[in-house]
Amino acid sequence: MEERIPVLQLKNITKRFGEITANEDVSLDVYQGEILALLGENGSGKTTLMNMISGIYFPDEGEIIVRGQKVSITCPKDAYDLGVGMVHQHFKLVDVLTAAENIVLGLKEKGALDIKAASARIKEICDRYGFSVDPNQKIYNMSVSQKQTVEIVKVLYRGADILVLDEPTAVLTPQETEKLFNVMRNMKADGKSIIIITHKLHEVLEISDRVAILRKGKYICDVVTKDANTQELTDAMVGRSVALNIERPDPVDPSPKIVIEGLTVKSSDGVTKLKDVSFNINSGEILGIAGISGNGQKELLESIAGLQRVSKGSISYIDDDGKSISLIGMDPLEISNMGISLSFVPEDRLGMGLVGNMDLSQNMALRSFRNNKGIFVDKKSPHILAEHVVEELEVNTPGISTQVRKLSGGNVQKVLVGREIAASPKVLLTAYAVRGLDINSSYTIYDLLNKQKKKGVAVVYVGEDLDVLLELCDRILVLCGGQVSGIVDGRSTNKKEVGLMMTSLTGGDDNE
Amino acid sequence: MNKEPLFHITRNSNIKWYKAWIIRAIAIILALILCGIITSMTTGLNPIGVYGTMIDGVFGTSRRIWMLLQNMAILLCISLALAPAFKMKFWNLGGDGQSLMGALGAAAVMILLGDRLPSGLLIIVMIVVSILCGIIWAVIPAFFKAVFNTNETLFTLMMNYVAIQLVAFFVIVWEVPRGSGKIGIINQNTQAGWFPSLFGSKYMINLLVVIILTVLIYVYMNYTKHGYELAVVGESEATAKYVGIKTKRVVIRTMVLSGALCGIAGLLLVGGSEHTLTTTLVDGRGFTGVMVAWLAKFNPLVMILTTFLLVFLDRGATEITTIYGLNDSFGAIITGIILFFILGSEFFLNYRIAFRKSGKEAA
Repeated sequence: MEERIPVLQLKNITKRFGEITANEDVSLDVYQGEILALLGENGSGKTTLMNMISGIYFPDEGEIIVRGQKVSITCPKDAYDLGVGMVHQHFKLVDVLTAAENIVLGLKEKGALDIKAASARIKEICDRYGFSVDPNQKIYNMSVSQKQTVEIVKVLYRGADILVLDEPTAVLTPQETEKLFNVMRNMKADGKSIIIITHKLHEVLEISDRVAILRKGKYICDVVTKDANTQELTDAMVGRSVALNIERPDPVDPSPKIVIEGLTVKSSDGVTKLKDVSFNINSGEILGIAGISGNGQKELLESIAGLQRVSKGSISYIDDDGKSISLIGMDPLEISNMGISLSFVPEDRLGMGLVGNMDLSQNMALRSFRNNKGIFVDKKSPHILAEHVVEELEVNTPGISTQVRKLSGGNVQKVLVGREIAASPKVLLTAYAVRGLDINSSYTIYDLLNKQKKKGVAVVYVGEDLDVLLELCDRILVLCGGQVSGIVDGRSTNKKEVGLMMTSLTGGDDNE
Repeated sequence: MNKEPLFHITRNSNIKWYKAWIIRAIAIILALILCGIITSMTTGLNPIGVYGTMIDGVFGTSRRIWMLLQNMAILLCISLALAPAFKMKFWNLGGDGQSLMGALGAAAVMILLGDRLPSGLLIIVMIVVSILCGIIWAVIPAFFKAVFNTNETLFTLMMNYVAIQLVAFFVIVWEVPRGSGKIGIINQNTQAGWFPSLFGSKYMINLLVVIILTVLIYVYMNYTKHGYELAVVGESEATAKYVGIKTKRVVIRTMVLSGALCGIAGLLLVGGSEHTLTTTLVDGRGFTGVMVAWLAKFNPLVMILTTFLLVFLDRGATEITTIYGLNDSFGAIITGIILFFILGSEFFLNYRIAFRKSGKEAA
């Protein structure tokens, strides 16, 4: 094992974007038949580095060596020719084509397109590594995990033996993650090298052979996984010691704040997104909502926030005097005009919660720009609020007048959450509040949610990481196919139970 | 393996303002040098002399300066109309038609009511009618966009042609003298509906109106709730809905403003300077205005500069072609080169060419 030769070497790679240095003098080796985990906070340059070996970006300085030969990768095709393939965090598939069509798309093979032969080869690859893909299924009919499988097969089909997976587990259920890991182990046994980017440390420990850590664009160290532990890795990543348990204070005097009965929502093309959903959101507690993404979480939160047309059922807000106010048919402005302080951190941060091209101060104004009397917008108080949020939540930004889209994911989320909390809400809805956030920023968000809970706010946390849901939430509502498959107590349930409830409506019963 | 590229292009998002102006200045200097070379190669003229003629043609006499200001006023007025719509990402290509409708409205009032109303009242009616005409022409596509999500680019574009045909029709209805196919100068004897001279210039009113409008639109876009709302709608409709902005209302409201300003441009053309109505009265300013607005990134104050640039080039090019007896195309070449360099400099403002430091070792 000592004399292994690296299949891929990065030497002194530097990449700058304007005045920002994304990678500085990074050197990294990848060996044959190993799974290397690339670990780092948001904005530490992991994806940028991987984009340089897959031909999306070109390094400003340094060199890339594949199998002992210095190479120049100027486009994704160059990367494929060298056997390097990347599965991006955001899938790059054509929805209306089938799996097989997507896989052969862009390949310049001689002769007419023989989709049957391609399908046969796809089958062969699947059998070899334990995938299951129907080559003739259209992408738009696929689940996220199936789409991901297509992406991986696409890369293998092109003969890649160095694979880069960028946060592949972020969108998967625990069961699907396990399946993916099995496939990865098969690929490794077949001599392929895999680089995986993930924020989930327990996965790093489970799947990888070696961990390389980046911090602020620089290479910090690498450790053999079996000698590493969570605390060590986190500290190396953040650069200082970090406490790693999520606090769960007891609920503060819980009483129903939002009462939902028989809620049914249909999409504009008539597909039922939510069916007969009933539950309460209580003040002073965190209600977790678990489920495979796309099972009605978005529609549920948007219905409460006044952004979704409801076909049937009722949503009522219970005010402090116990009076019930129906929220059906009201838009966000009407809800806030009723004096109901309801904050919503949507899943699509830059597409819905914020305006990427506006600066911090202008984004703060989104909620408050009407407060001023007369025709003019008050520019002063949003500016003060922005300064306050930057200071309080330690937002890393060049200044208040920086466009929000130029901030890294964690900082964008801090700006959004900071604004929503500033309205001192009675109800706080959050969708995937820590998606794509590194461990340090995630803990900041958990802390903020707990603070709101202690203030007596009714907090809803839609999440995908079951470990977090189980540690953070008082109650967990599990959605499956737009229906409630059960509400469980966060303190007494376990991962297996919730995981099963996510995949079948009777899952909870099977477990008992 | 393929050869290492000598350089590659990266985005450059944070450029300092003074660097940006240096790049623009270099672009203009390069453009002037290239124009000079082409001038002396193709015509044998001294380029410095040609530039001198150009400047003389624009600033040479007080009459020329007034013509420059008048042309700037009309172009700026239409550009001001387009800026809020474009900022909202409503691609209003109907500036020509909306202005022409404003002009039609003003001309109709002058012709039909010219000898029935006292002069002051007549002008007020002209203002109201031309603004209304502009608004109607802008709101029709806005309504369809808001309610049925039709494509506003095509819709506003087609409305231009309808407006031209309408004007062509009324020109025949009101033609003077019969059979000429032209309206000629309206109310030449009574001057009813003509804007009065101010400080000795008949263009002063136009100029003042547009200066006031520039300031108002600047304030509207940057400091008012309406301006903020239209910016949010332009950036992201989902965000607008999320904070309870009624996007349909904002689209229609902004297009009312856009149409009204175009109507005023038509009014200024008929009442203030030309005193006639033809199908080519607006002269494509609805499209030139798009360039003015974009070059200035929709900032009304910067639009004064971009308007000046375009009008200067246009008038300067006309001057050199007449003085030196050159073909029309020559002026167009000069204008084209200068615009190419100025627009091209935007590339260097947004992107950076990075040379490989290790390039030498590699080669």
